[in-house]
Amino acid sequence: MSARLPTGGRLLDRSQPLDFTFDGKRLHGYAGDTLASALLGQGQMLLGRSFKYHQPRGLVASGAEEPNALVGLGEGAFFEPNQRATAAELHAGLTATSQNHWPSLEHDVGAVNSALTRFLPAGFYYKTFLWPRSFWKHVYEPFIRQSAGLGKPPQEADGSTYEHFHVHVDLVIVGGGISGLAAALTAGREGREVLLIEQTAHWGGRAVVDAPQIDGQSAEDWVKSALQELETMANVRMRTRTMASGLYDHGYLMAYERVSDHAPATPGPRHRLWRIRAEETRLATGALERPLSFAGNDVPGVMLASAVRDYLVNWAISPGDRTVVVTNNDDAYRTALALYRAGLAVPVIVDARPQVTGALPQAARDAGIRVEPGRAIVKVDGKKRVTGVEIGLQLGEGGAMEHIACDAVAMSGGWSPAVHLWSHCGGKLTWDEAQALFRPDASRPPRGDKGQPIASVTGTANGHLGTAAALADAGLELDVSEPAEEPMAPVWIMPQGAGPALKRKMFLDYQNDVKVSDVELAAREGYESVEHAKRYTTLGMATDQGKLSNINGLAVLSGALNAAIPATGTTTFRPPYTPISMGSIAGAARGPLFQPVRRTPIHGWHEANGATWEPVGQWRRPYAYLKGAEDRHTAVTREVQAVRNSVGLLDASTLGKIVVKGPDAGRFLDMIYTGRPSSIAVGKCRYGLICNENGFLVDDGVVARLAEDTWLCHTTTGGAEHIHAHMEDWLQCEWWDWQVYTANVTEEWAQVAVAGPKARAVLESLGGMDVSKAALPFMTWAEGELGGLPARVFRISFSGELSYEIAVPADRGMELWEALLQAGAAHGVTPYGTEAMHVLRAEKGFIMIGEETDGTIIPQDLNLGWAIAKKKEDYLGKRAQERPHMADPKRWKLVGLEADGGAVLPEGAYIMAPGENANGQRHTQGRVTSTYYSPTFGRGIAMALLIHGPDRMGEMVEVTDGQGGAITARVCDPVLYDREGERLDG
Amino acid sequence: MLILTCPCCGVTADETELAGGGEAHVRRAGPGASESEVEDYLFMRENPRGPHFERWRHAYGCGKWFLAARDTATLEVFGTYPAQTTEPPEHIRAAITERHPGWRWRDFS
Ligand SMILES: [Zn+2]
Repeated sequence: MSARLPTGGRLLDRSQPLDFTFDGKRLHGYAGDTLASALLGQGQMLLGRSFKYHQPRGLVASGAEEPNALVGLGEGAFFEPNQRATAAELHAGLTATSQNHWPSLEHDVGAVNSALTRFLPAGFYYKTFLWPRSFWKHVYEPFIRQSAGLGKPPQEADGSTYEHFHVHVDLVIVGGGISGLAAALTAGREGREVLLIEQTAHWGGRAVVDAPQIDGQSAEDWVKSALQELETMANVRMRTRTMASGLYDHGYLMAYERVSDHAPATPGPRHRLWRIRAEETRLATGALERPLSFAGNDVPGVMLASAVRDYLVNWAISPGDRTVVVTNNDDAYRTALALYRAGLAVPVIVDARPQVTGALPQAARDAGIRVEPGRAIVKVDGKKRVTGVEIGLQLGEGGAMEHIACDAVAMSGGWSPAVHLWSHCGGKLTWDEAQALFRPDASRPPRGDKGQPIASVTGTANGHLGTAAALADAGLELDVSEPAEEPMAPVWIMPQGAGPALKRKMFLDYQNDVKVSDVELAAREGYESVEHAKRYTTLGMATDQGKLSNINGLAVLSGALNAAIPATGTTTFRPPYTPISMGSIAGAARGPLFQPVRRTPIHGWHEANGATWEPVGQWRRPYAYLKGAEDRHTAVTREVQAVRNSVGLLDASTLGKIVVKGPDAGRFLDMIYTGRPSSIAVGKCRYGLICNENGFLVDDGVVARLAEDTWLCHTTTGGAEHIHAHMEDWLQCEWWDWQVYTANVTEEWAQVAVAGPKARAVLESLGGMDVSKAALPFMTWAEGELGGLPARVFRISFSGELSYEIAVPADRGMELWEALLQAGAAHGVTPYGTEAMHVLRAEKGFIMIGEETDGTIIPQDLNLGWAIAKKKEDYLGKRAQERPHMADPKRWKLVGLEADGGAVLPEGAYIMAPGENANGQRHTQGRVTSTYYSPTFGRGIAMALLIHGPDRMGEMVEVTDGQGGAITARVCDPVLYDREGERLDG
Repeated sequence: MLILTCPCCGVTADETELAGGGEAHVRRAGPGASESEVEDYLFMRENPRGPHFERWRHAYGCGKWFLAARDTATLEVFGTYPAQTTEPPEHIRAAITERHPGWRWRDFS
């Protein structure tokens, strides 16, 4: 059993006991604990189940690299799954739940998977897809579904808030160990603007645990005085609980600050995302200890030697009464000595090296600890907890020479610099043969916009494992007393000659259950590239991203391929270093702040008068206005009938309005539009089409000539910004010598469509300018005054009725709207929304961008050839429209459809053709583009694209009904309403 | 997150301020062009590992288009220049030559 020792623990505040719960059980810890240390203090070693086999798993590490101890934290709107217990600071009332098990952590049905180990080898996920097919449906899929997944997603909307910081500094230093502090002292004394960040809540890194003497004082005191000096510097900012998650293109560094996870009641954001631009990024990220691969290295109670030391020194945790230390290096002896000094038993130190002569081993021997060189752990005994180890020869095949009872194992396979950030943006690594580790290659750094290095590495992260060397690398030559260390031995598997039975119990990736045998199998099956082997075995693909497994897996693969480690190479590290919350990525951009809502000057009136909204781009347009108990359908019918029989009002302010002006404006518009806007007379309007260079129709609208050198181009609501950008693109990049100026004036005008047989009467009762047929015929515009408001009145129609669009300065929009309501009251004037607008235009056979077009439609498909100036030499899209496929007479063309019995055809339905294709799917010959119930005709109406459509009037076709059946429909003219145009011309 | 300097307004901008516009120096093939010229114009693009020429717009700034020469592998920026040109200026070419002697990109070298 792990337990809390009565004294010690440099981070503990025993005067502040804290209560928390784990799986509903009430437990106790102290201020300064992590959830991991508190659980160990209460004897809770079993913390989770592995992903694939549901093996019992306990804590392996003490920090960010922990692969096993993932828990759900918090409740309700504050629940978060997959949190590492080692990174969760204990607070009063903390609620933790274990995950990935059923029905309970102690008794997990899924653990039967472990009996199937032999049938779930590397590549399992790929192999199961192949054969036999019925097995997938009845065996594999239910099995994978039941066992897959780690924590459960939260059930409520996130109750916390988040924010972003944008920061510019000279130097950002990542890592608050002694190297990071030394680098900050050096740069701070030079007066540079420095940001120093540390992912844990504490400064000092490993040195304060391992306690070398620095500059004549304890490491703890040296760190304290360094902090004191840094705090006096106005140019140095320091943040704990802030993890650098990724280094991106051109040196952009992202950091994740956990502001109040440790104190949830604190007001303000829970997490903060720092978006940092620094002249220089210095990585002082330290190193991660590697496990050793021996059979049973995943049994709860087997931990990293450094973690055992951390738990003991920082939190006064005894991992058990008897701890066996197993190592290939001198550093692990520090753990044995720490345990010994705490009064705990170390029955033996198993050292894979044949000769053990260093100062630290000598100190262990002097303390009376048994040291066994040239030995290996052959096998760990125990299932949910270590009960002992079998010891044999490292050079042997696994024969046990001795059984030693123990309840914990502290292992060390050496150290790997934390090079993740260096690698994120392309920094290369070099293999250090002597220390058997990859370290950053300073000659191949990640590079910035000027080709300059964007990061440098200092201290342990740079491969300088000793305290003195790390400090010197960070720029401080200080007197350090620490024992000299003998070289480690590159031992990757214990024992060297282990057979398949043992290798199937040697875990490399704890979280994803990848074993030595899996990596060897991948190599045998031809997955020789390290990137392929990674994906085939899932090694390093769990949420810990292989922080512990990387080098060991690589070494095993190299061994299987009989290649040197550097020849095999490493996989690519990807951000984030450890997972960050989705909330922090969103920051404040959620709910109403997710994106801005654009409001017309009349928006408030719509809101107050029953508008049910349709989002169009960032605008909200009224879909219909619901009166009393009306549903949408009833409201739309009423609005359509009002326009047809009397008069309606539409807020058309969202329509794009682009002014194009200049000596070459006419010539320019003749290139932008398929028609010839240059020939529009001043005071006249004309419908125009805009295509892209691929020939496809992208926007349409009415163009009005305002003056000799000025045109006003109306675009669709969604098109204003990108059509303006499209014009600017061609002006700036192709015809830059043409004298043209464009301005998007969409928001400067409020625009209202007054449509219906009584439209003129309404305007006349407003008083002002002459709006008679003679003064203002169809497709003209005039400027004047209406009801005392300065106005531009356009005689244009999207409804097929007599219609005026009145534009006034935006700040007068509400006045205009209310004046029109008042003037129209006698005629029952009816505000109408976008759906009535759609129905009206479909009855009239007008196309709608985004309904009849989808980015693959050319004007000719829509019988809009009349809007193309065919004699014009050039316009954007002209040449593309001549390409063989575009000129193909078999292209689907616009028609109307009348369904049998007046039914409303389904949106997007296909028009079927005889026969089936090779996949057994029915051939098609067209599709429905718009379909509505028409109040005017009392039946369904539709527009569709159909092969040879215009030549097939009156023919009956079969349209899919969306349920496997067909609806019969008659091909007809898409223009159903007022074919002669008498009403709109009226 | 790339950094590019807008040659029009002089602002050194993060990528979030900019909008990419694909390959630079594409020559328009209009009416009269052959089928293969049109295909090249509309569809065929370079995909180099190394120096590349791109169109960018300072979309959330001055709104102007400009061109950039950039190494797609190392992300080094050899320079940005106004869009009102049909070929990369000499100083940009020289900057590329310094890193990649003998480079070629379409008709430029
Ligand atoms: Zn600019």
